[in-house]
Amino acid sequence: MTVGLFIPCYVDQFYPQAGIATLQLLEKLGVEVVYPPRQTCCGQPMANSGFSHLTGGCDELFVESFKAFDYVVAPSGSCVLHLKEHLHSEKYPVVAEKLRSRVFELVEFLTDILKVKDLKARFPHKVGVHQSCHGLRGLHLSQMSELVAPPFSKPEQLLHMVDGIELIKLDRADECCGFGGTFCVFEEAVSAKMGKDRVSDHMRNGAEYITGADLSCLMHMEGILRRQKSNVKVIHIAEILNQAVAE
Amino acid sequence: MAEVIDNEKHIRSGRANLPEDHSSLSSVFNEDEERVNWHDETLWFIRQKRDKAVHGIPEWEWLRDTASGIKNNVLSNLSVYLEQFEANAKANGIIVHWAADAAEHNQILHSILKRHGADRMVKSKSMLTEECHLNEYLAENGIEVIDSDLGERIVQLGKEPPSHIVLPCIHKKKEEIGDLFHQYLGTAAGESDPQVLTEAARQHLRDTFLTRRVALTGVNFAVAETGEFVVCTNEGNADMGAHLSDVHIASMGIEKLIPERKHLGVFLRLLTRSATGQPITTYSSHFKSPREGQEMHIILVDNGRSRQLGREDFRNSLKCIRCGSCMNTCPVYRRSGGHSYHAVISGPIGSILAPNLDMREYADLPFASTLCGSCSNVCPVKIDIHDQLYKWRQVLAKEGHVNKGKAAGMKAMSKVFSFPGLFSFAGKTGRWTMKYLPFIVNNKLNPWYKQREMPKPPEQSFREWYEKNRRME
Repeated sequence: MTVGLFIPCYVDQFYPQAGIATLQLLEKLGVEVVYPPRQTCCGQPMANSGFSHLTGGCDELFVESFKAFDYVVAPSGSCVLHLKEHLHSEKYPVVAEKLRSRVFELVEFLTDILKVKDLKARFPHKVGVHQSCHGLRGLHLSQMSELVAPPFSKPEQLLHMVDGIELIKLDRADECCGFGGTFCVFEEAVSAKMGKDRVSDHMRNGAEYITGADLSCLMHMEGILRRQKSNVKVIHIAEILNQAVAE
Repeated sequence: MAEVIDNEKHIRSGRANLPEDHSSLSSVFNEDEERVNWHDETLWFIRQKRDKAVHGIPEWEWLRDTASGIKNNVLSNLSVYLEQFEANAKANGIIVHWAADAAEHNQILHSILKRHGADRMVKSKSMLTEECHLNEYLAENGIEVIDSDLGERIVQLGKEPPSHIVLPCIHKKKEEIGDLFHQYLGTAAGESDPQVLTEAARQHLRDTFLTRRVALTGVNFAVAETGEFVVCTNEGNADMGAHLSDVHIASMGIEKLIPERKHLGVFLRLLTRSATGQPITTYSSHFKSPREGQEMHIILVDNGRSRQLGREDFRNSLKCIRCGSCMNTCPVYRRSGGHSYHAVISGPIGSILAPNLDMREYADLPFASTLCGSCSNVCPVKIDIHDQLYKWRQVLAKEGHVNKGKAAGMKAMSKVFSFPGLFSFAGKTGRWTMKYLPFIVNNKLNPWYKQREMPKPPEQSFREWYEKNRRME
């Protein structure tokens, strides 16, 4: 099985450690991973702003970069959801259509495709899980609090395999952090307030770390935590799952 | 001076001669953080009540599916059901009117009042009459309207529109309501006990009910099969008004139909559990024919609904039964207040309905969302609200209703993303995102920086690390 690794634009630029952890984790699990060099962005920043007609260039690059792989894996639920729902190509329409169903967010790839049952990782800390909306309600990584349906959580399923970790319970299990792409600047007041409220739920309940499967939310909350000079840190779930046992 | 600045801001944002947009109105709302917390917690409490109520119903998701299916059937056969309803209502002795738009609705209503020589009317809750701006129209024509729903009466006294479709005065604290009642209803200064204030409103309204000859109600459901309509209230005010009046007028949007009476068994179970977490409204009153000596009218109003029905991507917004659950769950609504939406119907559902009425004026509303999707999940008739917000954004951008700065930024960004060479070059010259992703512009005037730190640029990007540590293809 060969996996094409998609490292979304802002992860490449600001959170390389999450990309590295994703790569190393997949390799540890025996997967052959390739990072195609001509990849850029999933196109979501434009599309969510109403400019999906400008994503053609991104889409073509994505299809060309990843069309040969069995699976594409990315450490970002939001980008993956966008690709699953909107990837298209003028040059290779059928290929793009098929590729949509082979793109996976890291957590769901680990639980649903690799069916990981145990991990050798240790992270002796109190951790709050942020359920990113697109991962939650778009990819169904966890059960949504609004629905009358049996609970489950793929991120927590994996985190429970980590030694020493203590997952905290939040007052509001799956409220949005307020990032929302360009929403965070065009609706600054509400966005920042949502971020502050989300972060304070984690702090109130004793989190040392906030983790999740989407770095855009974590980036937003990190911006708020650092402004508040808080000791609470954000960490992508791949980095926890990739923590060496002998740390 | 402030006006000049405001105007300039409007011109820059492409909103000259339009009201303030959601972003600026909600930033004013957020100046008082304690109040935002209070507003958020009040509505979150209702969301929690809703959760408790629906988690006690194992077949909840089946009910939602069924309701959605029934409403889809209605929308696909609307003209058939409307004519069936009209024929049956007429046979029951109800006088049926058709109004193409708000103006026609108001004229029809005015003509009924004139015919009866009425210069006063009592009205129970109706978002449709808000949509038609009926109170203003009647006031201009010398007719006094008293809203009999307690929340509506409060905002009417405060000369404000409702901020929520089910909880019209949810933005007001009890002390502020006490001040209004002191001013208009003569309660003691500083009195804010809800029970005392409610009693004062009851006494005041009792007199209104007894002296008004014409009563208007809204309609929650109209049954095509029987020609009857159902009005749901918790206060019984619609019943008081309608039963004591000589003339009962019911205003309804044409999408309020359901095919058969048995379908109420689905909708009545969904409506109030979604709205407030109650099992059912205190009063679910069926009106089928006028009592001896009474006149009963129904005004069927289109006002843009046919146009929305014709928009394939947006037609199923007409399934809405006005429960307000999308507002209660919306993290943006809870922290914006309903008035920030500057539309008759606020919140997520309002943001997909309003652009149909006026694309330019409401171009900001589909962007007043993080697309978190909670609205679609609580919706009892399964409207894909957040997907429609996304689709409206595409329509609005194409039609040129997005401000020019944003459009230019998007073009620049798409260019960088379309050329890998440019992308990695931009990256090497110091974290290209600083320049191109609008949310991380490294500039203290950037709204991001107001309350948030910028991400720290790392030593090397993932790409650079990969080149050094793994062979590129």
